[in-house]
Amino acid sequence: MSKLFSDENKAAFTNPLNLNNPITVQVLGICSALAVTSQLKPAIVMGLSVTVITAFSNVIISLLRKTIPNRIRIIVQLVVVAALVTIVSQLLKAYVYDVSVQLSVYVGLIITNCILMGRLEAFAMQNGPWPSFLDGIGNGLGYAAILVIVGFVRELFGFGTLWGYPVIPKFLYEAGYQNNGMMVMPAMSLIIVGCVIWAHRAYNKEEK
Amino acid sequence: MAKKFICEQCGQTFEAASKPDKCPICGADASKIKEVKSKGINTNGNVYTFCYAAVMVIIVAFLLAFVASALKETQDANVANDTKGQILSALGYDKAAIDVAKVFDEKVKDNLYTSRPPQPYEGKFNTTYGSLIKNGELHFFTGTTAEGEQAYVIPVVGRGLWGGLWGYIAVNETKDKVLGTYFYHESETAGLGARIGEKWFQDQFIGKPIFDENGNIALTVVKAGSAKTEFEVDGVTGATLTSNGVANMVKEGLAAYSKFLGDRPDCVCDEEWFEDWVKENELSESNNVEQ
Repeated sequence: MSKLFSDENKAAFTNPLNLNNPITVQVLGICSALAVTSQLKPAIVMGLSVTVITAFSNVIISLLRKTIPNRIRIIVQLVVVAALVTIVSQLLKAYVYDVSVQLSVYVGLIITNCILMGRLEAFAMQNGPWPSFLDGIGNGLGYAAILVIVGFVRELFGFGTLWGYPVIPKFLYEAGYQNNGMMVMPAMSLIIVGCVIWAHRAYNKEEK
Repeated sequence: MAKKFICEQCGQTFEAASKPDKCPICGADASKIKEVKSKGINTNGNVYTFCYAAVMVIIVAFLLAFVASALKETQDANVANDTKGQILSALGYDKAAIDVAKVFDEKVKDNLYTSRPPQPYEGKFNTTYGSLIKNGELHFFTGTTAEGEQAYVIPVVGRGLWGGLWGYIAVNETKDKVLGTYFYHESETAGLGARIGEKWFQDQFIGKPIFDENGNIALTVVKAGSAKTEFEVDGVTGATLTSNGVANMVKEGLAAYSKFLGDRPDCVCDEEWFEDWVKENELSESNNVEQ
């Protein structure tokens, strides 16, 4: 067990959650982070989908890394990712249909998510399956965490609901409170992501 | 055959028939010298690369085909359920708040209008209606609205700016007034054309008359903010082409059902009058559906 959770492996898992977060530090995967975060539920499903796909594509590529011909390695990575994405998208269509309609093209576009290609090239091609798995889970969760924060803020102020349930009390609306239509627009999530990066940098200032 | 060795002290590789006692480069002793196992296959060769790609693609293709066929039934059930929800939505129900399959089975019946009188439809529930309408298989749904009014729902299909549009229009018992609509799209622009899927746009149609005094279809969508007559509905600001698409879809969709719409319960007319009515209004199916 101690070998499975050595310091290096722990670092592969925890670094992307905070100090090397794919969205706030590496600034990857921004496009989908803007598109699917207008409500909490699609944001979480998207985050989990990316986590699963990053983890398993990392493991598969890591297992294959010694056999992959160098000249077509990017194509091999793409095929693995594309196959996983297609499977996940089919599963979503079968079991959470309404969410898959909301996510529409963005599940398919996970294929082009820079986080995946980045982790495959930078980590899985050089490391064993277990550290690669942890790295994939870590990066996926780091991405999901930001999506959840942005989705939480946007749904709360844009729709007055959380996970579809109204949370802003009626009397506030009667007193003249209105849902902020700006929050529903993709542009607003860029501003929120900016604020998250700001807070994240301010918090981690000393550690760097 | 010469074997390949690496010395861990100096990092150099060299070839020898068997493991030497000392590193020939830096002189480190035998414990530092390790044999390098050659893989046997050159992973950069053309043949290897082609075979690798071919095998990988075949495996992935089989895997995906398997997943797709294993999940098809569940997915089709979801699509059918969603279509039922859209039809109920046109009848004024909130599809997110009800058990769609149950309410649909209780309140709505699927019918086929090929000739008078219409027949109840017993086959598999359809989820797309474009090609059926073209073939003259006019499906319509009878049911009651959320307010309890008797209604007919007809499916319509059309084209927006980027892709297909479809919708369901609920009309009243005398088939001359809209009781509710539902529209959706394949790929209209989010925040602009996609807003035809929102409730405020669809609710504008409620209570609108379909025919003008001459019996022509007059219900239409006009530029946002310029709706004046009782037949006009405001389009979506910034999405003129999608709005026009909806206008055409409504017009052509209703025209394709002209036979059905002309066949009213209060109609005292006979077959001959009905044929004339269709001819007069130039609403025969062949004219309108192929536009």
